[in-house]
Amino acid sequence: MATTSPTIDLSGNPNRRRRERFFKNLFFAAGFLSIVISIAIIFSLAEEAWSFIKGLIDEGELSSLWNVGWFPRRGLYDIRTIVVGTLIIAFIGILVALPLGLGAAIYLAEYANPRARRMLKPIIEILAGIPSVVLGFWALTFISPEIVQRIWESAGVFSMMAAGIGVGVLIVPLVASVSEDAMRAVPLSLRQASYGLGANRATTTLRVVLPASISGIMASIILAFSRGIGETMIVFMAAGAVGGSLFTVNPLDPGQTMTAAIASLAIGTDQVAGEGLAFQSLFFVGLLLFFLTLFLNWASSRVVRRFRETY
Amino acid sequence: MTTTKSPTATQAATRDAVRKQLQGKGPSVGASAFKFLLIAMLSTSIAILVVLLSDLLVSAWPTFRDRGFGFVTSGLSLNPETAGVWTGILGSLAIALTVILLAVPIGIGAAIYLEEYAPDNNLTRWIDTTVRNLAGVPSIVFGLLGLAIFVVVVNTIGLGGSTGGKNVIAAGITMAALVLPIVIITSAEAIRAVPHTIREAGYGVGATKWEVIRSHVVPSALPGILTGTVLTLARAIGETAPLLVIGVATGYFGASADATFFEKLTGPYTALPVIVFSWSRQTDPAFADTLAPAAIIVLLVVLFTLNAVAIYFRNRFEKKW
Repeated sequence: MATTSPTIDLSGNPNRRRRERFFKNLFFAAGFLSIVISIAIIFSLAEEAWSFIKGLIDEGELSSLWNVGWFPRRGLYDIRTIVVGTLIIAFIGILVALPLGLGAAIYLAEYANPRARRMLKPIIEILAGIPSVVLGFWALTFISPEIVQRIWESAGVFSMMAAGIGVGVLIVPLVASVSEDAMRAVPLSLRQASYGLGANRATTTLRVVLPASISGIMASIILAFSRGIGETMIVFMAAGAVGGSLFTVNPLDPGQTMTAAIASLAIGTDQVAGEGLAFQSLFFVGLLLFFLTLFLNWASSRVVRRFRETY
Repeated sequence: MTTTKSPTATQAATRDAVRKQLQGKGPSVGASAFKFLLIAMLSTSIAILVVLLSDLLVSAWPTFRDRGFGFVTSGLSLNPETAGVWTGILGSLAIALTVILLAVPIGIGAAIYLEEYAPDNNLTRWIDTTVRNLAGVPSIVFGLLGLAIFVVVVNTIGLGGSTGGKNVIAAGITMAALVLPIVIITSAEAIRAVPHTIREAGYGVGATKWEVIRSHVVPSALPGILTGTVLTLARAIGETAPLLVIGVATGYFGASADATFFEKLTGPYTALPVIVFSWSRQTDPAFADTLAPAAIIVLLVVLFTLNAVAIYFRNRFEKKW
């Protein structure tokens, strides 16, 4: 005899289920778009970069990648010039931003009372909101004549030093906020244990809080370096539209960075007419830049994971 | 006389000795110097901001004194007497509008997927890592992406106009791609901060996942999402480098008076930060020394207003759970 136990459909209203599926797929597509954009970046850069390398090999001019200087429209693509320029400017930026940003972070995290903190922190955040084109203008019209040229009389209007200091101003808030977050994440009990042993605030900060938050502080420095490498406008405006394409390691000379090389080639201010592989070289430099910053960002998250103290 | 005084003197000496022992060596010079150094660093950072703003204001002042609000409402011109930033404001507005239409809904959708739906598997981790990496990619690389893909796509679908795709539509799409990861990260943070009890209350009365998201999660996370969105807009408006790569006009251009809306939309364009850049490169000191700082002040006023709106959202609607 057949079992006639009543079956109850618990799966719910089919329209409702269809709507659920629709929204889930819609949100998934939105999330997946980031992967699509990343792949699009890599492919569009790699395609032109490859035709650049292939073009050089066909012409037998591969050595122009490390000779003379960066004059893409004359067929001279000295990668050294722009990589060294990039590193010098980012390094000057770190030299400026590290003491300022870290000092501000330590004061805000360890010394300032809550009221002072509420007043001072927004000021640092305002600095973070200044667009780089404004800092580029200021680096050219103030930092260069009022600071760089006063200290080093041999410096011209355009110098890697002025651009580097401008980049430093740009990354101070980044160093300050990431380091401050790292120090505030150190539990209060560690500080109290230190005070209990008779240490004063300076000793507690230097011997307890800083070692405990070193992973976050190191990550902030790497991130700031990556940001300095990727910065375009300050360098483009202050480091040299004139004569910035010859290889140099003197920070008082004008210089060219990877980002500025892309920008000046794109808007055609690198003075020399001609074509050749100039357009393709743009993407080659872009690909280098992409992987360089990708590596630095990966390194910063590795540092956080490797050296993190968990409480 | 001496016999009565002597014990008090001894007592005082003992008291001092004990107090000195308890207090240690007195205030440490090193500790004070360290604190002084920290204050000096913080003050220098703040002084940089003050000098930066006042230097720009002083340079910009003559323009605003002579031209008043007319500087803001007049368009590009080769004559420094009549040149203004209105063309740039329109361009920046169009770019901001595209970002609102594209990056904000897609970014919030992606954040909802990552926080509410995503299973804990490799694909999810890939998406998460990709978003974080994209947020660190230099802006000029997005310009190259726009030049290689978005400009071509815009031209192919017939929106190229007289510029062959190097117009404000391609610029808006490029900016949207640039800020998308930031929208995702800030929205995901806001959604993560909504406590589980809120969701369970929704499920408890029989709501489905989407219904819980629509009626509970998103409204609760909205202040955080709005704050992040407004700050993202500020970023998109201040960004210059990618626009230079995808062919923004850095010189003078004028639209003919009888140009249709479509012709204006697909024609040459400029944006507020690009005006700052191109004026600062002019050899005419009237442009480089007074008009460029004035354009900077207009740009900063726009950005500070957006920041103030963000702070208002945060304070006005912030929930404490």
